[in-house]
This record gives sequence, structure tokens and C-alpha cells, in this order.
Amino acid sequence: MKKRKVGMALSLVLAAGTLLGACGKSDDNKGTETSKGGEKGKAFSVAMVTDVGGVDDKSFNQSAWEGLQKFGKDNGMKEGKGGYSYLQSKSDADYATNLNTLARQDFDLVYGIGFLMQAAVEEIAKQQKDHHFAIVDAEVKQPNVASILFKEQEAAFLAGVAAALTTKTNHIGFIGGMEIPVIERFESGFLAGVKAAKPEVQVDVQYSGAFDKAELGQSIASKMYSSGADVVFHAAGATGNGLFKEAVDRKAKEPSKDFWAIGVDRDQADMGPDVVLTSALKRVDVAVQDLSKKSMDGNFPGGEVVLYGLHEDGVGLAPINAKAPNKDAIDKAVKEYIEKIKSGDLKVPQTRDELKNFSAK
Amino acid sequence: MSKRLTGILTPIISVLLGIIVGTIIMLISGYDPVAAYTALWNGAFGEVYYVGEVIRQFTPYILAGLAVAFAFRVGLFNIGVEGQFIVGWLASVWVGVAFDLPKVIHLPLAILAAIVAGALWAFIPGFLKARFRVHEVIVTIMLNYVALHVTNYIIRNVLAAKSGDKTEMIHESASLRSEWLQSLTDYSRLHWGIILAIACCFIMWFLLEKTTRGFELRAVGFNQHAAHYAGMNVNRNIILSMVISGAFAGLAGAMEGLGTFGYAAVKGGFTGVGFDGIAIALLGSNTALGVFFSAILFGALKVGALNMPLEAGVPNELVDIIIALIVFFVASSYIIRAFLDRIGKKGVK
Repeated sequence: MKKRKVGMALSLVLAAGTLLGACGKSDDNKGTETSKGGEKGKAFSVAMVTDVGGVDDKSFNQSAWEGLQKFGKDNGMKEGKGGYSYLQSKSDADYATNLNTLARQDFDLVYGIGFLMQAAVEEIAKQQKDHHFAIVDAEVKQPNVASILFKEQEAAFLAGVAAALTTKTNHIGFIGGMEIPVIERFESGFLAGVKAAKPEVQVDVQYSGAFDKAELGQSIASKMYSSGADVVFHAAGATGNGLFKEAVDRKAKEPSKDFWAIGVDRDQADMGPDVVLTSALKRVDVAVQDLSKKSMDGNFPGGEVVLYGLHEDGVGLAPINAKAPNKDAIDKAVKEYIEKIKSGDLKVPQTRDELKNFSAK
Repeated sequence: MSKRLTGILTPIISVLLGIIVGTIIMLISGYDPVAAYTALWNGAFGEVYYVGEVIRQFTPYILAGLAVAFAFRVGLFNIGVEGQFIVGWLASVWVGVAFDLPKVIHLPLAILAAIVAGALWAFIPGFLKARFRVHEVIVTIMLNYVALHVTNYIIRNVLAAKSGDKTEMIHESASLRSEWLQSLTDYSRLHWGIILAIACCFIMWFLLEKTTRGFELRAVGFNQHAAHYAGMNVNRNIILSMVISGAFAGLAGAMEGLGTFGYAAVKGGFTGVGFDGIAIALLGSNTALGVFFSAILFGALKVGALNMPLEAGVPNELVDIIIALIVFFVASSYIIRAFLDRIGKKGVK
């Protein structure tokens, strides 16, 4: 009897622990259909390892996998071994195992997606010197690793211009995920864009400290809207989903007022057709396709940093919402700035230090 | 049927039932269970590399399981293993990075730092329980979050290298890694920590079963009032058990900090090792030997699961379902025990 009670109690506690543990993570990864691939002789094969977000994170892991799928289909490859494939990581400890597994299965090129994987890619690349690796959002200095970095600041700059030209209260919000260099580029570019288009606008910058806490994103967004902001930009992955929820809720209550949100990474217009002004695009899919192609053609840029910016179509701005009050003016301004950035006349700051010395003219 | 045999059979039957129900789920959702389990097996034991990775994975699992089990034997639920694990991880890396000493001093010092950090972290709920009767479950759960965010803060603001989100690599003199073990297992991340983990199994068994102190601890676990009546200091034993439990958890953190990773990084969420430790202790019925075997099972399942999408096209979340089912069956072991009793009786007749 005693034992039974004890067992019950322990399992209850376990359930509570699991629930509480689950609070921190979103674990709704559905299995993607994977068909078995045939073993083909020496055809090019490519695979990727996701970070803990999984291939359906609606953000860069998903984008990378979409790029890889497109590359595979365009080149008549099969999904699975000897073609294109992916492995999903469930904790930080899995990165190295997954990278190693794919290298052992003789994939010609193995991607590590996300800055979290930097140390693992570096370690495995040192061991598996005959294999090619690539990492997104971080730099690994090894002769057999290509590092893919984006000029996020350029996309964020354009978003900043759009935000500045939309705001009526001259008050804008920025929600960052974790304070890492990637997000700093978003922040610096966004602030520079706002400054360039309308210097008197005030931007409220806040960090949530996580990429997977939508409820936190929502409470930050709520504070920002309540204190007078009418446009909020997020660079916070799934945390930003809370921003859209808050904006949609408020818009439903007070349709006459403006509650704009700006998305990130992919075109997030589907998150709220009435509230999403635009999105700062980061085309991980374009970069993955491009690098896979280079690698297939025998031009693997090992040991190099490959930068994707506006010029390479690696970043950009999604179409402005048709309901935006002065859409034409925004379109025109954005177009002008794209030209300036592409031609090199305007260098967008990528750190807070550079931002201090930035002036648009 | 003897009690001992039932005790061994219950977890085994739970595991089998978990696998059987997992098979049914796979059949319903249109996956090939044979291919899936083959991939699972190959991913865990198919190559010597994977064997190394499995051992690497279950090393912290053993210690996390021991931590939960030890507190539980004294009647306490230490849900804070995760937090103690995280502070232990950070403490070991801190010592590993900050000092430059000969290996004979540096490595034990780093391990000791992890043990002390975990023990101190567990001392807080132990003290609050003993002094004010604050329930340890609440305190330890909250302390998990405190540990997560405090360590993130320290990593970011005190220890981080220029990149800003992780510490430097620890010095070679503090590392548990071994070229020899790695070459033996084809570059897996196998490290010396496994020896420590096995030693801790012996320590827990010896401490609880063979010493007076262990007898007192167990007595408090069986019945606090009786223990008090027998002249034992209940409060001191509560604190002591939490401290020892936290020491195991902190040591588990050192396995990751000094062995697997060699650094500490800013974490967006919990690692899950501490929570898995609860399941491991439950499956291992809170004994040192049981924890050892259930940790092996969990380690093999976790590492093998990574291979399932690639080789069999089965999503590796399915292993989480199987693990959940196993835990479910262990928790509802009363049904299994009743069933076993019935069979036992039939045998007699």
C-alpha cells in the first residue's frame, strides 16, 4: 500500500515536472513525410541538421529545409540517403551526433542550421576532414566549412523605413529574441532605417531573452502598444508570434486604431492580414540552394564566409500591406533605399557602435 | 511470486508494454515498426561510434537518476535536479576556464566545484523544508528557473567570450575527455565521466544500505514521526539528503561541462536531463542498480532515436511517446503487479 502511494505520488510529480518542463519548449513538431531514397552511385547528396526548433518552426529551420527540398527536386534528387535529407536535434547534445551521422552516411555537404551549432560544426569538421560542412548564421574557420551569414541589417533597415513612414504616434517598438550578434544586426539596421526616414521617431527596444516564448512576446507587445507605439517589429522567432496575437486582438477590439506589426525571416502576412505591415525577409532557402549548387558544381567555398545581402537576394522586404495608409509613399521610399544600398552609397550599420556614427545623409 | 522478482519484472514488463503500444501507434499512423526499431537499434549500437555516444548520453542520466532516487528514499521529491545540474555545469566550467593548474589538481577541483554548487543549490529547499516546512516541490521547481536565468546572466556578462553567448573552452587540464577513449570509439564524445557515474552508484548503495547514517536516512523516508520518536534528527537528515542529492545532480552537470561540451552556453530552455532523471529513478525503482540500467535504456533510446528519421523515415518524436508510455506503465505498476500476483497464485494451485 505504501509503495503504491509512493509510486502514485512520484508519477504525479513527474507529470507536473514534464508539464512545467514543456512550458519552456514548443514541441509540436510533426513528422515530415520522408520516403526512402535509393542508393545511387556518386550522385551529389546534401543534408541538414536542424537546431532544437525542428523543421516546422515557421522560421529559419523550415526555410532552410524548403530550400533544400527545392534544390533536391530541381536536380532530380530523391529524399533520403544519397539524395537530400535532414535530421532533427532535440537537445544541444544532439548536434554533434547528428552532424557526425550525416557525414558518416557520406552526404557530400552537411548544413548546420543556426548559430547554436557553431561549436558542434567546428568540432566535427576537425574530425571529418574529408567532408564538407556549412553553417548558417555563424562563422567557423575551418578549411572544409563554409559559413553563411546574412546582412540582416539591410532588411531591417527597409522595415525601419516602412515603420517610420507608417507611424502616426511617432512611437515604434522593437522586440528582440536573445542578445546575439544576429539580432543586434536586426536592431541596428531597424533603428538606422527609422532614423533615416523620420529622425524624430522614438523606438522602444526590448529583449525577451528567448526565441520560443510567445506569451512573453505578447506581454511585451501589449506594454508597447499601451504606451503609445503603433508599429512593432520583432526579430524573436516564435516569441514574435505573441506580437501578432496581441495586434490582432487589439485591432478586433478597436478597428479604428492602428496596431501594425512587422514580421521577420519569412513573409508573415498570414499571421494577421489586417495588422502585418510587412516582413523583413531573410532568405535562408535562397542561400541554402545557392550554396548547394555551388558545391555540386565543384565550387565549394570552404573556409570562406559567404555573405547574402540585398544584392544577392538573400534578404529583402515583403510587399507592404495594401491596407497601409500611405502605401505608395512607403513603396517609393523603400525602392530608393534599395537602390542606395545596392549601389553601395548607403552602408547600413550592423552593430550598436556603428549605429552611433550613422547618419543617413 | 517473491517480492523481489515482482520488483524486477514490473519495469521490464512496463518497457515491453511501452514498445508494444509504440508499435501499435506506428502501425496506425502508417509507419513500418520493424524498420523503425531496426533503425533505433542501429542508431544506438550499430557502430562503435554510436555505442560511445550512448555511454556519453547515459553518464549524466545515471547521476541525475541517482539524485532523484536518493532524495526520494528519504521521502523528498527533488524536482530541482535540472537546476542543480545547470549550476553544477556552470561551476565546473568556471573553474575549468578561470584557473591554469596541473591536471591532478585542476580536474578534481573542477569536479568538486560542480558538486559543491549542486549541493548548495539543493541545500536551499532542504533548509526551507527542515526549518519552515516549505514544500520542496514548489521551491525546487522555482529554483530551476532561477538557476536557468542566473547562469545565463553569468555566462553572458561575466564569462562569455567575444561572441557573447558561450564561455571559452575549458583548459585541457580540467577536461574529462580522452583521446584514447575517443579513438577507441571512432571519435565519439565518450569521456572518463562514466567511471565517476558508476562509482556514484556504489556510493549511493553503500551509503544507504551499509551505514548507520543511511539507515537513519531511510528511516526518515519510511516514517518521519517514527524516526523522530526513535531519537533521530529528522531535520538534519532532510537537509543532508537534499545536499547529497544536489551533489549527484551537480556532478551530472560536470559530465556535460567537462566532458561532452567543454563549455557552457546560454540556454533558451531547460536541458531536460533533470526531468529525465525523474523518469529514470521511477523506472529504476529508486535503487542504485535499477537507476544504472534504466539510464542505459534511456540513453540508448535517446541516441538511437536520432537515426530513425534518416534510416526509417519515422519521426524521432515517436521515441518520446514510447518513453512516456513506459513511464505511464511503471507509474500504473499496480495493474502489472496485480496481474503477476494472479499468475503466481495460479502457479501454486
